[in-house]
Amino acid sequence: MSIFAEVHDDYLDQILARYDHSPFNLLQILREVQEHSGHINTEAVNYLSTRLHIPRVRIEGVATFYSFLHLQPHGEYRVLFSDNITDRMQGSQALMEKMCQQLWLQPGKVSEDGLVSINTTSCTGMCDQGPAMLVNGRAITRLTHQRVQEIGSLIRNRTLLSDWPADFFRVEDNIHRSGPLLDNTIAPGDVLRTALALGGKDIVEAVKNSGLRGRGGAGFPTGLKWEACCNAPGEARHVVCNADEGEPGTFKDRVILTRQADLVFEGMTLCALAVGAQHGYLYLRGEYRYLLEPLQAVLQRRRDNNLLGKNILCQPGFDFDIVIHLGAGAYICGEESALIESLEGKRGVPRNRPPFPVTHGYKQQPTAVDNVETFCSAALVMQMGAEKYRAIGTSKSSGTKLISVSGDCPRPGIYEYPFGVSVRQVLQDCGAVNTRAVQVSGPSGVCVAESEFDRKLGFEDLPTAGAFMVFDDSRDLFEVARNFVHFFAHESCGFCTPCRVGTSMLKSTMDKIAAGLGTKYDLREIERLDHVLQTSSHCGLGRTACNPVLHTLKHFRPAYENRLKLLEFKPAFDLDGALARARQMTGRDDAGAHLKTEGV
Amino acid sequence: MSKKLRVATTSLAGCFGCHMSLLDIDERLFPLLDLIEFDRSPLTDIKHCGPCDIGFIEGGICNAENVHVLYEFRKNCKILIAIGSCAITGGLPAQRNHLDLGSCLTEVYLTEPGLEHGHIPNDPELPLPLDKVHPLHEVVKIDYFIPGCPPSGDAIWKFLTDLIAGKTPELGHGLIEYD
Repeated sequence: MSIFAEVHDDYLDQILARYDHSPFNLLQILREVQEHSGHINTEAVNYLSTRLHIPRVRIEGVATFYSFLHLQPHGEYRVLFSDNITDRMQGSQALMEKMCQQLWLQPGKVSEDGLVSINTTSCTGMCDQGPAMLVNGRAITRLTHQRVQEIGSLIRNRTLLSDWPADFFRVEDNIHRSGPLLDNTIAPGDVLRTALALGGKDIVEAVKNSGLRGRGGAGFPTGLKWEACCNAPGEARHVVCNADEGEPGTFKDRVILTRQADLVFEGMTLCALAVGAQHGYLYLRGEYRYLLEPLQAVLQRRRDNNLLGKNILCQPGFDFDIVIHLGAGAYICGEESALIESLEGKRGVPRNRPPFPVTHGYKQQPTAVDNVETFCSAALVMQMGAEKYRAIGTSKSSGTKLISVSGDCPRPGIYEYPFGVSVRQVLQDCGAVNTRAVQVSGPSGVCVAESEFDRKLGFEDLPTAGAFMVFDDSRDLFEVARNFVHFFAHESCGFCTPCRVGTSMLKSTMDKIAAGLGTKYDLREIERLDHVLQTSSHCGLGRTACNPVLHTLKHFRPAYENRLKLLEFKPAFDLDGALARARQMTGRDDAGAHLKTEGV
Repeated sequence: MSKKLRVATTSLAGCFGCHMSLLDIDERLFPLLDLIEFDRSPLTDIKHCGPCDIGFIEGGICNAENVHVLYEFRKNCKILIAIGSCAITGGLPAQRNHLDLGSCLTEVYLTEPGLEHGHIPNDPELPLPLDKVHPLHEVVKIDYFIPGCPPSGDAIWKFLTDLIAGKTPELGHGLIEYD
């Protein structure tokens, strides 16, 4: 046994005890270690390695996978500006620059006194009230020059985060149109009482008959998923709620979890009853850390009211409880098999599918993974009856959908519509004018141009997980696509080469075009790369990473062509500049010591 | 019979391994020579290339002279092929890319133990090294890539004969290698 085992460490022992000394909880353990000491230091890694009986590299592998975990100090205050295109449109870049000046900092570097670091992070889900940032994991919304300056002063004075003005942390719900889901007033437990009267098989039948399809974007029929999970052989079954809402421009799960947490848990418990599960997990994205305590309070109230725990509603053998698992800044964990890997305390690398999670999910047991909104909708199906639910929406997309509207419009926020609503209708309701394009369902979705505004949201035409980013005629769609390409390059999990290398190459090519060095050749290269990414990536991230470019090239090709050189090809770098170091070292400046960059 | 295709070949920051691999097509060199004739190439010792149909380059771009040769090939060849890992990715020579060129030169010519009165060569006849080694396609447009270190003689044979026959070259299973 290692010498570290003898080191007694109070705070680590407490954390380990809370998580049953189980390597399956490694991500949660590391997250708490970091919350305690600012970063995960070598001693902690060694100690955990000994106590959890896992190699150090496994711990470091996990810690380096998630962008919110650090093995090095990142300052007492870690400021991360949300870098979605909507934040940029609201002026985030100028604010970040100003804050860096104020604190004498370079982005990405820790100040010399170890006080603060400033950087960017992927969309934090506050697009309707941006620009937004995270300070030590806490979301701050509605940034202005004044607010940023105040934050700079608070940091300089080392004011504790808990003493900052509460208004900074205020997150609005901004609900502009509600429907059965957001208007829901069902008393906690009522859905379960209805369901208990029916029994497992009939619940699944009702969900099947309702035509309910997954709300995460892919639209798999929920009833079929539950049935498959129920029928799969296994020792234990699990219910997982995917609240890792990472798709830029999506924030409807945040509002559901704020306003309808009971309905979410009711839906999960309903699913547990239907499939015979005893364990439930809510995978909450790290950016929504501030929701953890309120959600835990709801869970506790439900336990106190016999809606969770042993013998729920006095039904013998109906045992189910829910644990909240926090993510740590990895978009890929929204993919269900990567999410399960992350739940198991590992790097969030997507698994090979099949086998699917319904047969081999959490700990290789049958697992039903559904979106937050799906669980709510399933609960509504129970309450309303399948027929009545099916009557809402369209024939292949029943029910309602929450749309997160952001970008160029006077009323950004949440809109609940029956499926089948047109893009034009949503634009009209949010007050958007002179709209050039809408990005439906985030970067991995579809860029819809004006000529297509009569297309309808729904699985028949435009499937969506909820994001609806509006761009008016002052916006450059090339820059929008470039922002999305950077996002994918940053979020690629690095497991498969086509995606790891391909997203980076796509990013360099877009940057080359942005710098005015692109040629027609580069456009052709983009199309070739897209083909490689689509046909050979391991998971959906790589397959959809080129969508923003393909769609904008289709509708807004001149935005690219205007930037191109009238040449077949031009290098992305300055050849003569590449000789500068050698000239300096040799003292040469003759003709042979220079190169002229030639276009071909 | 139609006019023979003119082919130029060169090795830039490479090891001539890809050229050795070309020679590995062995006796098929004779039927090949019925179809093509060589312009500038280590096989002919012609110093500068004239108008060609196919240019065949191994090695990446590590110095100013490589750039001049690459430009000469691009201007004269209708089809330019990058062959082998170094031409496609920078390969082994690109391992210096994470080092500062200045410290490399200092280490080799000034501070290496056993060196006395060393100096960094500065004769104008010598091409200056670039600060980084680049693959060919970062400097000029490249039409085709043959991966491998080196690609096998069979892969080169298949690729060239496809091209000569006017077919889009396809290297099937067993012919594509990445190491």
